[in-house]
Amino acid sequence: MSRKRWIRWLIFAIVVLIYVWTFWGLPVSGIKPTAGQITRSIFHGLFHPDWGYVYLPDGEDLLRGLLDTLAIAVLGTFISAILCVPFAFWAASGRNKPRLQSGAGKLILSFIRTFPEIVMALLFIKAVGPGSFAGALALGLHSIGMLGKLFAEEIENMDAGPTEALVATGASRFQILWFAILPQVLPGFLSYTLYRFELNVRSATILGIIGAGGIGTPLIFALNTRHWDRVGIILLGIIVTVTLIDFVSGYFRRKLA
Amino acid sequence: MSGTPTPAAALPKPPSKLKHGLTLVLVVLLLWGSAHRIEASFGRLFKGLPNMGDLLREMFPPKWSYFDNVVHPMLDTIRMAIAGTTLGAIVAVPLAVLAAANMVRSPWIYQTFRFILNLLRTIPDLLLAAMFVAIFGLGMIPGILALAVFSVGLIAKLTYESLETIDRGPLEAMTSVGANRLQLILFSVVPQIIPHFISYVLYTFEINVRAAAVLGLVGAGGIGLYYEKTLGFLEYDKTNTIILFTLAIVLAVDYLSTKLREKLL
Repeated sequence: MSRKRWIRWLIFAIVVLIYVWTFWGLPVSGIKPTAGQITRSIFHGLFHPDWGYVYLPDGEDLLRGLLDTLAIAVLGTFISAILCVPFAFWAASGRNKPRLQSGAGKLILSFIRTFPEIVMALLFIKAVGPGSFAGALALGLHSIGMLGKLFAEEIENMDAGPTEALVATGASRFQILWFAILPQVLPGFLSYTLYRFELNVRSATILGIIGAGGIGTPLIFALNTRHWDRVGIILLGIIVTVTLIDFVSGYFRRKLA
Repeated sequence: MSGTPTPAAALPKPPSKLKHGLTLVLVVLLLWGSAHRIEASFGRLFKGLPNMGDLLREMFPPKWSYFDNVVHPMLDTIRMAIAGTTLGAIVAVPLAVLAAANMVRSPWIYQTFRFILNLLRTIPDLLLAAMFVAIFGLGMIPGILALAVFSVGLIAKLTYESLETIDRGPLEAMTSVGANRLQLILFSVVPQIIPHFISYVLYTFEINVRAAAVLGLVGAGGIGLYYEKTLGFLEYDKTNTIILFTLAIVLAVDYLSTKLREKLL
């Protein structure tokens, strides 16, 4: 047998082993006997949503929940867009910059990225109490990981010409930053920030599940109390909001590019 | 020269700063409104910082002995990610074909399927898991299904986009020698798309491992349940063990998967 075929069989065997291991450990039973009935109720709820919940004159309704969700996403994105800039300059590799320095910055950013935002929200709830504020802080801190990485790449891809020209004319550090670096990286930064905002809107919808504010709180409540028509209207609200935000943000990002 | 002053109108006007100014005002208003809406304040943050500090202090050193308790749920988490990704990948294949403009002739069909795929991707996996827990009860099954639904949306989208960019050459060559539709797909489409497809499945698997780690928070199996358990009992050193363990697993999976994907493409 040739070497290539041998490797192919080896890969095949490994994949089979992985699947055997996976499905061996799965529970065989455990589906509730009422599953079919509940599914029918959920679909019934989805197609007959509780329109009355969209706006209630007093107190918690769909629109206010969605507004909270958007507010969490806006604030979280803003916090991370500001905080990630120093990280980005730290992690961006340059010609006269030690490799170790940018490597350390990149490692820290990847640690922040892997830390689940929902766990971060749990920790912030312990610090500032349950509510939307904890959610916004969690999103703000978590998003630094991804935004910092993208910003750093933008800085790395920058044209060195304007900076060199300004250095040659004897510009100060601040002038270099203001007239050579910022104009080049700003469109990219804004575009990535908008992209992260789209992701944060999605994330903000689930924060309520653990008590960090937004539309997730009434959703989990409706699920637990089996108000399927209310679950239906909240899901519809989430889908419409996310689609709308993606559309608007995508429009601005295309203009920036 | 001095006798003929340049008329002001001939000078190029500097670009108006009005638009930028208005954008800035809008953004500031948006931020202020948001902060007001969720009652954010520096006061609360500063009041909360000592709490946060205490919490972080209690997290160290991590309680390594707790490791034995969470190995099994962590393996379950990986199992969920594998099963969910696989299930999603299988369902994604026909959907990707139906959503590709060069595979189906009628724009009605592929636009409809694209719309469905977009809808699937708007619902976060934790919400799906919460729904499936309500249907199927606690356990790994709802978690796997939630991951599968999310994977379908992602894999099918990425795959139909690469399906649309395949090289027409082999297709035309096979049509000209009289191949039937099945042969056409099997010998000219599949070989071109397979490396991309596997790469997307691996990428989705990376995302799913991260997602699976928190699905337990809504009762959908895996390690997530232990976050709530340990935090609820204020055993932060145990929580830290779980966090570090999760980080290690996620980084290892990312590394392996990235290496594999580099080999593929």
